[in-house]
Amino acid sequence: MPEKKDEELRIGVFLCHCGSNIAGYLDMEALEEFTKTLPHVVFVQRNLYTCSEGGINEIKKGIVEQNLNRVVVASCTPRTHEPLFRNSCAEVGLNPYLFEMVNIRDQCSWVHMQEKEEATEKAKDLIRMGVAKAALLQPQEPIMSEVTTRALVLGGGIAGMTAALALADRGYEVVIVERQDRLGGMLNSINKLGPSMRSAEDLVSEKKKAIEEHPKITVFTGSEVSAVKGFIGKYQVDVRTDTGTKNIDIGVILVATGASVFSPKGLYGYDGKRVITQFELEEIMKKGLDPSIRNVVMIQCVGSRDEERPYCSRICCQVAVKNAILIREQNPEARVSILYRDMQMYGVENEEMLRTSKARGVRYINYSPENPPKVEEDKVRVYHPLLGEELELPADLVVLATPLVAREDTHDLSQLLRVSIDENGFYLEAHVKLRPLDFATDGIFLCGNARYPANVREVVAQALGAASRASIPLSKGSVVVEPIISVLANEDACRGCGLCVALCPYGALEIRRTEKGRKVHVIDVACKGCGVCAATCYQHALTINSFTDEQVTAQIEAFLGG
Amino acid sequence: MGAFKVTVRKKARYVEEDKCTGCGACEEKCPTIVPDAFNEGLGTRKAIYAYFAQGIPSTRTIDPDHCRQLNGKKCGICKKTCQAEAINFDQKDQILELDVAAIIVAAGYDVFDPSHIPEYRYSEIPNVVTAIEFERLLSASGPTDGHVYRPSDIAAKAKIEELEKKLNKASKTLKRYEEKFGETSEDFYKKFQSGELSDDEERKKWAAKYEEYLGISGPLAELKKQAEGFSSAKRLAFIQCVGSRDFRFYPFCSGYCCMHSIKEAIIAHEHEPETTSAIFGMDIRAVGKGFEEYRVRGGNQSGITYVRGRVAEIMEGENHNPIVIYEDTRERKVKRQEFDMVILATACAPTKGLPSLAKILGIELDDYGFVKTNPVSPVDTTVPGIYVCGCAESPMDVPESVAQASSAAERAAEVISLQSLNKESAVA
Repeated sequence: MPEKKDEELRIGVFLCHCGSNIAGYLDMEALEEFTKTLPHVVFVQRNLYTCSEGGINEIKKGIVEQNLNRVVVASCTPRTHEPLFRNSCAEVGLNPYLFEMVNIRDQCSWVHMQEKEEATEKAKDLIRMGVAKAALLQPQEPIMSEVTTRALVLGGGIAGMTAALALADRGYEVVIVERQDRLGGMLNSINKLGPSMRSAEDLVSEKKKAIEEHPKITVFTGSEVSAVKGFIGKYQVDVRTDTGTKNIDIGVILVATGASVFSPKGLYGYDGKRVITQFELEEIMKKGLDPSIRNVVMIQCVGSRDEERPYCSRICCQVAVKNAILIREQNPEARVSILYRDMQMYGVENEEMLRTSKARGVRYINYSPENPPKVEEDKVRVYHPLLGEELELPADLVVLATPLVAREDTHDLSQLLRVSIDENGFYLEAHVKLRPLDFATDGIFLCGNARYPANVREVVAQALGAASRASIPLSKGSVVVEPIISVLANEDACRGCGLCVALCPYGALEIRRTEKGRKVHVIDVACKGCGVCAATCYQHALTINSFTDEQVTAQIEAFLGG
Repeated sequence: MGAFKVTVRKKARYVEEDKCTGCGACEEKCPTIVPDAFNEGLGTRKAIYAYFAQGIPSTRTIDPDHCRQLNGKKCGICKKTCQAEAINFDQKDQILELDVAAIIVAAGYDVFDPSHIPEYRYSEIPNVVTAIEFERLLSASGPTDGHVYRPSDIAAKAKIEELEKKLNKASKTLKRYEEKFGETSEDFYKKFQSGELSDDEERKKWAAKYEEYLGISGPLAELKKQAEGFSSAKRLAFIQCVGSRDFRFYPFCSGYCCMHSIKEAIIAHEHEPETTSAIFGMDIRAVGKGFEEYRVRGGNQSGITYVRGRVAEIMEGENHNPIVIYEDTRERKVKRQEFDMVILATACAPTKGLPSLAKILGIELDDYGFVKTNPVSPVDTTVPGIYVCGCAESPMDVPESVAQASSAAERAAEVISLQSLNKESAVA
């Protein structure tokens, strides 16, 4: 509703007892009398529970009968109750952003239970400050933005294919961009999947076929993303293909770009022939291992869990155990030893595969990084800790388990998308525990080896999960954004220096050329209202709605004036 | 698939959710004290309670097994206290009929009971605890406000409190006699023993009371002296694979316990910088994002030593100190080491209710009792339209559970989308 500038301020204050949570420790009558004396306050009421149905009705009644145009509730925490009180205002036609909340429970009665008098005085300060701010509140309108119901999936490996199919089955259009000339990603080079020993090729063909037949999915192979503009719901993405660059409107983006295999040049005599990687062994196993090979030694943690790459690559132990079983199956004469630091066979299936391998005669020898195995011409020497002496293992073939590493283009793509990467170069999720498949930037999601090494079962789960996360804005069709955001309050003051643009964690600011020169522009849908820009701006050109300099100063003055 | 009829029993909580404001006044006034299951019995709660502080909704629940009113005794204090008039002792279980398109099983897991392992003496040595019990001891909102007190010390302190109460009561009675007869109990008792006094009934009672007093004050003084030496536990041992990777119980690896132990050791060290921990394990499985780095940091900065070996036996030494006997496989020696406390990293067991739930749903369980899935459709159960996530599927940590929860939501949403897409095309 439009507010007239010269409209008389009529502030209503509701003081909540919260049962005895507040009233048990503060002098509520004194607070009521005090509040009545504050400027522009025309109505004060105490409630047993302001959040109860009765309390809410009192707020609504107050707005209607007392003609209130600002509402203050002094009660608990905005974290849990602000949306409720804002809605109550909106229900009777008062702009919900003309509501202010004062926390006299968590920050007052609960922490000063033994000091009733002082606590009551503190509550007075808090209420006086809240009222001072409320007088300066301006109505805000929620920001709505349409969502293009098309998803972009970056990467056509098992992660990208699974996510794309899930979204397409939900009825959304999906565009897959794959750098290589065919779908399948890393699985194209893999023989069988442990522990099910299912053929990787079959899985890829099955998914590929489903994608090719799906009317909702468009695939660009041999292509890459060259530019990304926009924000959640409204991205314009340039895809560079053989036939030129295509500009596509996109609503959400899924990053499923996978990882690369570390090449162990200079380690353990790696030569790609007699000393190879597990990844290279996969190709060999597809055709069948040379039956003359009788002694295979596998070495784990080659290039990982060291100073340069301190992380554990999670899946290499599984790969080694799987290949050891397959070698023993193919060539029962072959002796296979795995030299390891910790066998990372977590969970039910992996541990079962480890037991199976032992039952099939695979030998395990622990080594410590201070005393690593030595690869010689036809043997490997390793110190056996249980025997306390060095063993000589004959070796026709040495297989090194090397970690998955972040793809070389991760940095560039992260810049294009304005998302973060972690210290090992993998993409960084919004929250490592609670939001593993989201980026901190709204509208962009993450799954598969681009996040961190994972086996196929885990990747498929993540891909379905990322599709689920991405489908939320798609199914809503629009995004509603809290309008407490950054605004360019003083355009003349802005020099277009771009410091704020560089610091904004959400990519919500950009410099635009205007008639008045270079000025910052706030992309309101992308802004989270964190205030970094306003705090940074030397010119005080930017400010945050509902936390303006004027409002905060008024609060401080109200406090000091007490 | 797409059309399930589900019958749900919603248990009575005896508090009306639409009236309750979650203020907690009822809980404060409730006179009945019950061991707190959330704090693993290390603390107490009331008969009207919230299972844990941040639970949603914050509406309290009355525990019908312990509530005085619901067990026919006179009480109803919560009802009188509640200003929102939310308490309803007449509430009954409700039967709800739901029509749903898809079902997601997120039934979680149970912690393995280590008292099944005789050599670890979990039920005999008080200072051998489970990782979850230790978690509660570490928690700022737990029964010890985050101080790592040893259970034997906690028990001794509780005993002191109990004896002090008894002693107080006895002294009060003695004081009455002393005032009446004008002499101290000590003097009186000497005379009484030497037979100087006539043995009237009252004097006999006085003497008996004084004997009771002495019977309490002696042990109490002894306990108090002991308690002066109590301090928080600073030498910790974590034993991995308790019930997991063990053919007697669960052959699988529970996945999250290595990191859980490392985390607990690091937090204990943060609370008390003198704390040192030894983590005994076969393999330390730190396989998630940032996990290996965390493991290394724990060793470098938080006083953790990783010992490769399986613990053979835990004995009780002096002062209730557990003694761990193990073979150090790197040094090829059998060693004994004394600790203040031992923490058992117990297995992630399939939850007890899973077989009956599986029967109702018609889904299959795997050989170990978790919900059966297939590697390329990791959240699909054997029944179309029924999905699973988290530790009901197999042991996993938080990020994986969260990711899987989204996957299960995706699969369920696909069923619902398919229905509406079909409807649309039928109309068109």
